[in-house]
Amino acid sequence: MKALTPLLAVLAIVALAALGGLAHASLVLLAVFVPYSACAVFLIGFCYRVVRWAWAPVPFRIPTTCGQQKSLPWIKPASLDNPSTGWGAFRRMTLEVLLFRSLFRNNRARLHDQRLVLGEDRYLWLGALAFHWSLLVILLRHLRLFLQPVPVFVSLLSRLDGSFQVGTPAVYVSDVVVVGALVYLTARRFRSPQVRYISLPFDYLALFLLLGIVISGLLMRFVFRVDVAAIKQFALGLAVFHPSVPSTLAPIFLIHLLLVSTLAAYFPFSTLMHMGGVFLSPTRNLANNNRSQRHVNPWNHPVKTHSYAEWEHEFRDKLKIAKLPLENEDAGKIAFD
Amino acid sequence: MPEKLLSIEPNNPEGDWREAKAEFRKGTICYSAAPKNVTYLGLPNPRPWQPFDADWKLPPDWKQTILDGMKERLQKYRSFRLFMEICVRCGACADKCHFYIGSGDPKNMPVLRAELMRSVYRRYFTLTGRLFGSLVGARELTEDVIKEWFYYFYQCTECRRCSVFCPYGIDTAEITMMGRELLDLIGCNINWVLEPAANCFRTGNHLGVQPHAFQDSLQFAAGEASEITGLPIEVPINRKGAEILFVMPSADYFGTPHYYTLLGYLMLFHEIGLDYTVSAFASEGGNFGLFSSHELTKRLNAKIYEEAKRLGVKWILGGECGHMWRVFHQYMDTMNGPADFLEPPVSPITGTRFENARATRAVHICEFTADLIHHGKLRLDPSRNDRWNVTYHDSCNPSRAMGLLEEPRHILKNVCRNFHEMPENTIREQTFCCGSGAGLGTDENLEVRLRGGFPRANAVKYVREKHGVNLLACICAIDKATLPTLMEYWVPGVEVAGVHELLGNALIMTGEKERTTDLRGEDLRGEDLRVENLRGERLTKEEATRE
Repeated sequence: MKALTPLLAVLAIVALAALGGLAHASLVLLAVFVPYSACAVFLIGFCYRVVRWAWAPVPFRIPTTCGQQKSLPWIKPASLDNPSTGWGAFRRMTLEVLLFRSLFRNNRARLHDQRLVLGEDRYLWLGALAFHWSLLVILLRHLRLFLQPVPVFVSLLSRLDGSFQVGTPAVYVSDVVVVGALVYLTARRFRSPQVRYISLPFDYLALFLLLGIVISGLLMRFVFRVDVAAIKQFALGLAVFHPSVPSTLAPIFLIHLLLVSTLAAYFPFSTLMHMGGVFLSPTRNLANNNRSQRHVNPWNHPVKTHSYAEWEHEFRDKLKIAKLPLENEDAGKIAFD
Repeated sequence: MPEKLLSIEPNNPEGDWREAKAEFRKGTICYSAAPKNVTYLGLPNPRPWQPFDADWKLPPDWKQTILDGMKERLQKYRSFRLFMEICVRCGACADKCHFYIGSGDPKNMPVLRAELMRSVYRRYFTLTGRLFGSLVGARELTEDVIKEWFYYFYQCTECRRCSVFCPYGIDTAEITMMGRELLDLIGCNINWVLEPAANCFRTGNHLGVQPHAFQDSLQFAAGEASEITGLPIEVPINRKGAEILFVMPSADYFGTPHYYTLLGYLMLFHEIGLDYTVSAFASEGGNFGLFSSHELTKRLNAKIYEEAKRLGVKWILGGECGHMWRVFHQYMDTMNGPADFLEPPVSPITGTRFENARATRAVHICEFTADLIHHGKLRLDPSRNDRWNVTYHDSCNPSRAMGLLEEPRHILKNVCRNFHEMPENTIREQTFCCGSGAGLGTDENLEVRLRGGFPRANAVKYVREKHGVNLLACICAIDKATLPTLMEYWVPGVEVAGVHELLGNALIMTGEKERTTDLRGEDLRGEDLRVENLRGERLTKEEATRE
């Protein structure tokens, strides 16, 4: 049920885009004003959120150590999972960001007859990795619409991506993978009782928007066969801030565009910001050199402590009974005499 | 102790978690902090109350206090702000929590434990939360929410296992720590944390042991070590000019089986002729402040460096304790350093420079002893531990907030001949908590502790059945205090010991008399110590005592 509102919201956006193309004024609104605004919201919002995190102090060095520390020279440290240097932490982060190393560890706890069985579970890792990488490839491929001449790496990437299948237009591997991964991730949210329980409506919203974007993109390419040249002309205009709106744009393209704009504008307000946040996580991006290098807390407030002198004063009698040495033989003498 | 074994059932949660309320019943919750302890520490809102009460007697402006407290912490801790904002609820953490596995309570999934606070964060600190409310998972801060926070933030042992698996490294321990700090602001805290903290602030240790009693305990232990070995073992207290200040958790000189570990330390120090002292002021390495607030952590930790400076030692050696090492390793220098009055630690026996501790100047006893063994400075007879079939429980903090994994294993493998690891997913950085850490090791919440300890016990049971393991070694005072109960309940026949107890057994000391008993006073050669009861059954000593 939690998924219903976001589903309706996405369908409403689709309907809005489909209808919006009918009149010229609304077409301009949808094709120019909305993408620009969304882009601005995305850029400003994204930077604001990241800068706010980056400026927040990290009072303590709290890496989660996932392997042997560097201590004695004859014990092999886990330089990736428990880095002792900044370079090690950089490599740890790189693997985290590019290969989702922590997710790779995932296992599944199951109960059989009052016994706990821990089994491997790499599906979430595989699904997440497949989704993020294929999305990146797709985004890079889209650069050919915004750049003229098309950079060599973009053409190469497109050719590589489309080289596994013959046919016109070629089916891109990344398209197949992204659909599969998104369907898996969405199905997982519905099917796993735990994940269903913890999911919030806006977790579904991100998935539905992405599904809508991917589906509309595929429809454009394989079903409605939109005029790519015209769209490129339009996209180039947007990119150089000289937008020229043709008299008509295919409704399916408008749907695609509005969904993308919605996602972009929604991005800074959502947990999609994990994209920026993952780099700043103090449990991952700090080296575990706590005892070898002093870490400074920028707001290290003074606190009320119980000093040795106060302690000695309070327990003077007991210390004397125990014949433990006193710092100040005479202090408190008056009080005791 | 419950009559029959708790049933651990998988459950499929239904409905909306934001509507549920925490159900307080005996066995699942720790009792409130006594007003005298709250007052002694100068914390807000001391009053008699219990979590079972309908009226928690919150201060009139409690809501604003909490929101102001959240705002302050969001500005002071990047971890807090980040962890409030980036979770995508992928669920990777869900079945990693020992409390979730053992209780099936969905709010024990780390993600939901954090959502309890995130929902409030969204409502009061985000635009979308203010505009769209429950659609984006926001909810009002009510007294029921406070009760839920109390229930679940005192049902998290801050063990960080979930953080190992989180793709963004979100650490529930950080969130729980913030939650407890906020609850402290309106006087919702537990006695099992604040009483030790108040004791520690006053006397120097959690148990409230005063200097003369401290001396008695240590001298008694030294006497016992002397009796076992026939050597004149002494323990220097508050001795100025010693090279090393040795700091241990107070349970080592007041609890069992911790006490045998203490005997092990004393024997080791005697054998290598260590120039050290213990302190009746810095008589506690543990720090229950960590289970309350960063501020209280710092307040209780201050005495360590203060005492090291006063005594004029060169460096600090720390005993076997879990959260003490979280504090020593990740907080002490930042909070109360720099330790520029100390020297970078060098082992006086091997000459090894402990480069990894050159700033904090505090060395873990397992690092110290592993180095001694590696350099062949100790004569060991591992056969003296032959009656034990040992496995090793990685304590949460040394493994996930430090990475002290191989040092204790190196010691164990040199001091005993039967050693078997538990399954890979349950040790090292993936170790399961004892279920009683972070100030929850009381009998008040025994059911929750036994449930939370189930995954650990389950792994012990596996090696018990496969290899006949009968001893669970560990390096944490809370483990030593609580694992015996856990073992007795889930895996009878497994005892708990510190690593240095086994070292003390195996250590061949210069001039010692022939040892006939181990540090527990039990027959060294593992003779059949069972006794016959009236029905002619052979029982272990414990079983006989129970009868």
